[in-house]
Amino acid sequence: MKPGHGEVLIAEGDVDVPEDHEALIDTFRAQLDAGMWAAVPRATPGGRREAQMVTSFDDVPPGADRVIFFPRAAGGR
Amino acid sequence: MLLALSASAIVILVLLWEVAWPVAAERFERWRARRALVEVEVDGYDPGRERRAEQKARALLRSCVNEEEWAMYRELGFIRVWGGLADGPERDDDLGGAPYAYLIYPHKPVIAYLPQTRRLLNEYCVAFPDETRPYGSARLPDSDDVLAKWMALTGDERRLVATANMHLPGRQIDPKQVRRDLWRLTQWEQSRMRERHRGAGSVSAP
Repeated sequence: MKPGHGEVLIAEGDVDVPEDHEALIDTFRAQLDAGMWAAVPRATPGGRREAQMVTSFDDVPPGADRVIFFPRAAGGR
Repeated sequence: MLLALSASAIVILVLLWEVAWPVAAERFERWRARRALVEVEVDGYDPGRERRAEQKARALLRSCVNEEEWAMYRELGFIRVWGGLADGPERDDDLGGAPYAYLIYPHKPVIAYLPQTRRLLNEYCVAFPDETRPYGSARLPDSDDVLAKWMALTGDERRLVATANMHLPGRQIDPKQVRRDLWRLTQWEQSRMRERHRGAGSVSAP
């Protein structure tokens, strides 16, 4: 998510392909280092939708088709 | 005689010129300035960009939340998220295990409330500023702001509540407006339930 732009594709690839896997990990780390939060939207077995916050690439659930990075929350006025 | 008159006329003309020239020059410059095209430094500003960003943000939000939440946002302008903490959003709140929920508005505080009594609990002021300001603003599109709150609340409610600045209800959003929105939400849910029953009870023609 970017102000003035909405959704921006940062990287895409197949985690089963070693080169893609490394590139995705690098991108993931770069986003977190830039202060972003990462979340994976998912559906619960009960049909509810929720997000899973992830802090490392290993936390990304297998089969997740995307990770959304968004600016870290701060106390507002 | 003629020579004297001519000399006097020339002197008068020169004096008049001296007096009138600065005024005339200033008026001419003002006239030119008014007619000149003002080139504002806009730094590549595209007036449609914010709108396109919002359209993309709506599509992303729609792909993440469920059908009911999306319809709620589209028709009412906010999303309700049920709270998941056993002791309520704040440890001081003695909810006695009563279910509580949040209302998420774009670029407004998150409101915690008790659905059973419509009692407002707290306002959580939270923002998601992108300090890199890639487009001169730290503000996300409206639907991205809603999605960020939705993800943070459903993904890690405790952290979001701890990060936000908590205030009593009414600091930024008029409690009357919130209660009106809660009434609208009830009406909306009842209407959807009626439609669902009608749809389930109808029998298609052979």
